[in-house]
Amino acid sequence: MMPFAIVILRTDALIFLLTGCIVAAALYMRRQEHLRSAWRKVAENRIGMTALTVLAAFVGIGLLDSLHYRPLLSPAEGNKNAIYSVEVWSALDTLAANLKQHTEKTYSAPFAIYLYAREATEEPDGIQTRGFPRLKYGGAHLSDPQQRWHDIAHRAVEATLLAAIGWLAVGLAVVGWIAWRSGITWREAIRRVWRGESQVAWRAVLLTLGALALLAAPALGLSSYYHVFGTDKVGNDVFYLSLKSIRTALIIGTLTTLTMLPFAVILGILAGYLGGWVDDVIQYVYTTLNSIPAVLLIAAAVLMMQVLIDGHPRWFATAAERADARLLALCLILGVTSWTGLCRLVRAETLKLRELEYVEAARAFGVSKRRIMARHLLPNLMHIVLISLVIDFSGLVLSEAVLSYVGIGVDPNTISFGTMINAARMELAREPVVWWSLTAAFTFMFTLVLMANLLSDAVRDAFDPRLLARARAPGEGARP
Amino acid sequence: MISYLIRRGLYAIPILIGVNLITFILFFVVSSPDDMARMQLGTKYVTQQAIDSWKAERGYDKPLLYNNAAAGLNKITDTIFYQKSVKLFLLELGRSDDGRDIAHEVSIRMGPSLAIAVPVFVVGLLITITFALTLVFFRASYLDLWGVILCVAMMSISSLFYIIGGQYLMSKLWHLVPISGYAGGLDAIKFLILPVLIGVISGIGSSTRWYRTIFLEEINRDYVRTARAKGLSETTVLFRHVLKNALIPILTGVVVVIPLLFLGSLLTESFFGIPGLGSYTIDAIRAQDFAVVRAMVFIGSVLYIVGLLLTDISYTMADPRVRLQ
Repeated sequence: MMPFAIVILRTDALIFLLTGCIVAAALYMRRQEHLRSAWRKVAENRIGMTALTVLAAFVGIGLLDSLHYRPLLSPAEGNKNAIYSVEVWSALDTLAANLKQHTEKTYSAPFAIYLYAREATEEPDGIQTRGFPRLKYGGAHLSDPQQRWHDIAHRAVEATLLAAIGWLAVGLAVVGWIAWRSGITWREAIRRVWRGESQVAWRAVLLTLGALALLAAPALGLSSYYHVFGTDKVGNDVFYLSLKSIRTALIIGTLTTLTMLPFAVILGILAGYLGGWVDDVIQYVYTTLNSIPAVLLIAAAVLMMQVLIDGHPRWFATAAERADARLLALCLILGVTSWTGLCRLVRAETLKLRELEYVEAARAFGVSKRRIMARHLLPNLMHIVLISLVIDFSGLVLSEAVLSYVGIGVDPNTISFGTMINAARMELAREPVVWWSLTAAFTFMFTLVLMANLLSDAVRDAFDPRLLARARAPGEGARP
Repeated sequence: MISYLIRRGLYAIPILIGVNLITFILFFVVSSPDDMARMQLGTKYVTQQAIDSWKAERGYDKPLLYNNAAAGLNKITDTIFYQKSVKLFLLELGRSDDGRDIAHEVSIRMGPSLAIAVPVFVVGLLITITFALTLVFFRASYLDLWGVILCVAMMSISSLFYIIGGQYLMSKLWHLVPISGYAGGLDAIKFLILPVLIGVISGIGSSTRWYRTIFLEEINRDYVRTARAKGLSETTVLFRHVLKNALIPILTGVVVVIPLLFLGSLLTESFFGIPGLGSYTIDAIRAQDFAVVRAMVFIGSVLYIVGLLLTDISYTMADPRVRLQ
């Protein structure tokens, strides 16, 4: 009997497909000299490598959160059949089970040990008093509330020390690898990394890792004993919600581009290479789609999707599956509204390429049109695809939050930055102010988007600095 | 030029027909009027009778494309397609779910929308172009580097946070302006200051960076070197020569959005309780008022096409070499 049943949600499958594609693309690019040199430029870029390191951490959390399963329920007496829970867990939930299950009654401030709201409690001698009750989990291990800050400092230092050891180990591994690769002494390798003279900007990577460890280690170490970012209205740990939001943001940011990619590239090449009526039809289609303001088209499509999903409750076995279908549908809808920009770019680039001599030579040799498009044009357009994947990411993450606020975003039960902000936005009017949910959502979202923006700058500089500078005005694209 | 405009106007017709078809398919084919009724009335325990009366009230009880029961020309006109989609061309927008005339509602709500959108647009344009030129003036210095970093940081903040933060600081902590609301006439100013300010600030990051790239591309051209060689000061070169020559890419990005200003901003208007078209749309989305959303989609695409036309005309004004034929 399996201790769990593996659940592969649709978005999980696509995320792993995307990961596979990226690995395949990386292997392909290793063999292409011009692409490799472009990546080398990214690797030399300190800001780019910093961003890449932070994003890798986010992606790691997102991937962990994409391994879904349904745990086995303890079987009743005499029941031989395995019964799995209807609740879908992810690997991240298992690792952060403490966070997931430590729910309080309502709000509590970061590191608080008392509830935010007053409550009537009955003393053992029968007298009723109104006061702030102790939290069920936050600081529950403390016998004396006075010791709180002492306890926090103690645990934070402990966690930081552990992280420092881990960081040193990673640093030594990097230095050792450089020494072995370039056949130099360890001393020399350390000197190169320290001075920032290594080919890959390792110093930036290590410093970023250090900063991340310095922030993450105390938070993680304390999270089992306190609510590091407080709790929200229904008592969920805000730190847990922030971690869970990452997957939603990553999915919206990447799958949207992935789903529209085939359309945009194939139609763009067809329009650019074949010309004539094919070009006219494709241009007509994207001008029409483009002429509907993006928000309105998204709103109309999402409303209709809601009608469709609500009308067919039998399609989905669990609530998680339904929320997942809605997330995927949102990606598709955002994809439909945002493929036009990429299609136009691909078409313009194809128009340029088809006049080049190597394509003419291929035509003269009698290579078929289909083969010219697939073998001679497509590989030379891949850098546009890559750049637009990176550039669209941050805009899509931002628009998720806005759409969820408007009510046409993800399912209200899906944890995302949008739903977090939406739930927290009235809290500033409370007295005392409930600031922590918004702050947590802001911190995580800002870091993610900022790093994505920085990385996209580095990638664009390395591959084609002129390409998109003019092609996209602010406010164009998916951003409502 | 006139014949060009007429040709472009005719070219807009197939696009509008396409938009109409898309909305028709989205609203009536992907999910039937029955589904919509069920969603509006609550999915469970709803009788067919209730659905039918809901449909009849809104005129959704007709056949989609072809009405066999009607006579003569009515076979075509007495259908959902004609009544709900084709009539949009005649600017008959229909009625919203609460029975009000949408066209009337739109004409009233245009004013408040413009009262925010126009100042945001004008002030934002002036400020961002000035910033961008300043950055270009100090190019390759630390001021430029940190300016760009600041821009990237500012464009990484969700517009929701600008609004929430602005409302919290200005209205709740410092009590400078009312937190939301709207009034007619001159009283409107105190309600408009904060949304306009936030609208301008939230747009600075991405726009400044975009203009900076445009100006940087221009600054390496030969005419700039000539102007410098003539002994013109760097400020004159930037503001007189570079700015003028960079107008075409700027106009490409800017003129298109001018007609769309009518639609207002969804977020700003709903947060600040301003009765414009943006909050109208958002309310319609939340109340699932399909007729209003359909009308707004149509108006939006008409305005976009007008914007494209205006862009072409603006080219001829900015650059005498451009002739429309």
